[in-house]
Amino acid sequence: MSHSISSEGGRRAARNDPAAPAASGDVRPLLELRDLAITFTTSNGDVPAVRNAHLTVMPGETVAIVGESGSGKSTTALAAIGLLPGNGRVSNGSIIFDGEDITHASEKRIIELRGSSIGMVPQDPMSNLNPVWKIGFQVKETLRANGLPSGPQDVAKVLSEAGLPDAASRANQYPHEFSGGMRQRALIAIGLSCRPRLLIADEPTSALDVTVQRQILDHLDTMTEELGTAVLLITHDLGLAAERAHKVIVMYKGQVVEAGPALELLTNPRHPYTQKLVASAPSIASRRIESAKKAGVETDDLLAPAAAKGPSLDRVIEVEDLTKVFKIRGSWGKSTDFTAVDKVSFSIARGTTTAVVGESGSGKSTVAKMVLGLEGATSGSIRFDGVDITTLGRKQMFDFRRRVQPIFQDPYGSLDPMYNIYRTIEEPLRVHGVGDAKSREKKVRDLLDQVALPSSMMQRFPNELSGGQRQRVAIARALALDPEVVICDEAVSALDVLVQAQILNLLADLQANLGLSYLFITHDLAVVRQIADHVAVMEKGRLVEQGTTDEVFDNPKTAYTQALLAAIPGAGLVLPPEVA
Amino acid sequence: MVWYIVRRFLQLIPVFLGATLLVYFLVFSLPGDATAAICGERGCTPAVVAGLREQYNLDQPFWIQYLLYLKGVLTFDLGTNFSGRPIATIIAEVFPTTAKLAIMALVIEAVFGIVFGLIAGLRKGRIFDSSVLVLSLIVIAVPIFVLGFLMQFLIGVKLQWTNPTVSGDATFTELLLPAVVLGLVSFAYVLRLTRTSIIENVNADYVRTATAKGLSRRRVVVVHVLRNSLIPVVTFLGADLGALMGGAIVTEGIFNVNGVGNTLYRAVLNGDGPMVVSIVTFLILIFCLANLLVDLLYAWLDPRIRYA
Repeated sequence: MSHSISSEGGRRAARNDPAAPAASGDVRPLLELRDLAITFTTSNGDVPAVRNAHLTVMPGETVAIVGESGSGKSTTALAAIGLLPGNGRVSNGSIIFDGEDITHASEKRIIELRGSSIGMVPQDPMSNLNPVWKIGFQVKETLRANGLPSGPQDVAKVLSEAGLPDAASRANQYPHEFSGGMRQRALIAIGLSCRPRLLIADEPTSALDVTVQRQILDHLDTMTEELGTAVLLITHDLGLAAERAHKVIVMYKGQVVEAGPALELLTNPRHPYTQKLVASAPSIASRRIESAKKAGVETDDLLAPAAAKGPSLDRVIEVEDLTKVFKIRGSWGKSTDFTAVDKVSFSIARGTTTAVVGESGSGKSTVAKMVLGLEGATSGSIRFDGVDITTLGRKQMFDFRRRVQPIFQDPYGSLDPMYNIYRTIEEPLRVHGVGDAKSREKKVRDLLDQVALPSSMMQRFPNELSGGQRQRVAIARALALDPEVVICDEAVSALDVLVQAQILNLLADLQANLGLSYLFITHDLAVVRQIADHVAVMEKGRLVEQGTTDEVFDNPKTAYTQALLAAIPGAGLVLPPEVA
Repeated sequence: MVWYIVRRFLQLIPVFLGATLLVYFLVFSLPGDATAAICGERGCTPAVVAGLREQYNLDQPFWIQYLLYLKGVLTFDLGTNFSGRPIATIIAEVFPTTAKLAIMALVIEAVFGIVFGLIAGLRKGRIFDSSVLVLSLIVIAVPIFVLGFLMQFLIGVKLQWTNPTVSGDATFTELLLPAVVLGLVSFAYVLRLTRTSIIENVNADYVRTATAKGLSRRRVVVVHVLRNSLIPVVTFLGADLGALMGGAIVTEGIFNVNGVGNTLYRAVLNGDGPMVVSIVTFLILIFCLANLLVDLLYAWLDPRIRYA
């Protein structure tokens, strides 16, 4: 088995240069965590969140911590600048910053270090800026707190360094007047404004659209490289970690299970968890397919079963010139029209999967709502089995709903917390008057079986289930009425990668067994590559490109699609197909 | 913004019309002859009664009476009460006292409520928090007249720190005790509201980010936690200002404050129709203005809110 790895792009190559600061032996590590243990005190006693975590960041080095939610990766990083939540504490081990043990340093000392020595870029740009203060003010107070000049021109300089256009006037705006990407730039500006030697970047882009994500990460890379800042990057995406970091640390259930140079970890994962992670990370899987194609390898076995089917001519759903116009209330009682969906046409062949892809605001979810009949169309038609559903009456609509069922993004929000699992799945059967109590119970058991949940789960409530289990329940509920079409609106976006892979496999199996047709709404092209037969790309309400998945991925015609594809993390990696 | 304020003022017109009509109708429907109250126990001669009836338009049907009243209001003539004094003069006399009392009560409840709420919120679950919560519950649960008489008796009569009742001058020191009593219940609500709001905000992401920027704890709390937490509190205080301006009938009664509440109470007892309608209308307008003030303050505190 060959381990030949090539990397693309000068930046990557530079980062892997053995002369990089990471390799020079006599340099003192900038941050060192030794046998770190973190415990949370809860009403049920102490819960260990992190155990024996060990990690070293050299000056100027980028180290990524990868893991699923709850793995302790953020907790570990936050502990380094004393930002554990109130009930958390370091119960063992030590944190050493630049030779100084700061594990139990005074509040005063930690405040001195924050901002000026250790900066932070947080995860969610929507919630991390204070909504009631101007952006400029929030930058300014950072500079001032760390004893740097904080005049308007200094603030503007910091913001424009982070790639914010027109920074001087933008500084006078409030966070809600910024887009997500711009807010994240402002947060990066704040994090780097005092030239810290270490930057903790906690999932800095996971809340953003893929194309924006890429720009922001590129910019962060360039800036930290120029400033010589070491970066501790927290991410759940192994592909992204491998692309951006010198060293990757994999955490699982509060422990570091594996650590090493990024590419080595990808190509030769030793710990079973890392192996699973490598095998199922969508960004990597997607690259793998591509690399395989380049190498001329037959790829069918790499794809989910559904994607390998031949074309079918039987169209179950045909959407034609679908348009949705919203009225937006303006000042003086006037309203302006906003075209969310603009003359969109596509169709779904029976038994296949069509994916609608686009960034947030592209109108893809509005399309899903209209196809589900939850939102009326302004014009155009949606034909289901040849019947236009936009003209259906109440009774016919009721029948239609039986045959087209949704699965939504957030498995925490889409299940009624007051309903137990049995009632959740049984409800659609009862509403549509299917069978009697006894046959319905049998049906629920069968459905649970189909989605690989034990029937003992019937009496449990949603809050007792994990995210993946809840999404399985949502799938079971969607399948209860034996629908022909299932509409998945970001159905796997909220799930961790491993769970995501399981759910995608489950969906593919169900499709093969039941002949379901899927309309898959997603922003994640990596997922599309694994599950879809057809892809429709939406931008600002318009459908800019569509075709079979292979066509679109191999030969993207519009610049927008190309940008979306390039933005899948791991673009710089070329993996030989046999590697993973 | 200007348009918004203009619109809000225009909205006052239907509120004014509806309120006066309703109150006028209620007073009109009161049983008994209004002139009987004026004449007292000895009674008046039929000629005098007829004269009075004509003077106060009591001989006219309801609609005419109401329209005549409206005409008076629009020409800034509120008319006279049954004792023959101009109503406008009476309001001008008693309102300053009530306003002084209301503002004192508001300041007391705002300052103490917010400070105690802030400390309790930051020390959630500790001894200070728990004891303050219990105390505020007691204050809310005990009726205001019990608290009023209790404090009047203890502080005014037993300890003699201040006069138990308020004289006609209504000086600052005299009004302090009634203001405390008046603000006490709202103080408990402000405290609880602030506490909840602080607890909610102290764990917000932007507070953590502010801490990570290297700001001092004090600055994080004041600039990032407190300001955001005050938004719901200000809403409550504004509504309360309107209510306090209306005069607290019970509190003013206990401490013998010659304010709006007391005057209104006496007018109702005397069946003094013109007086009741005028005072209630005045109070409604004050209440509407206080609400407008809150909405504007709200937009200032939270820039995400923009009125158009």
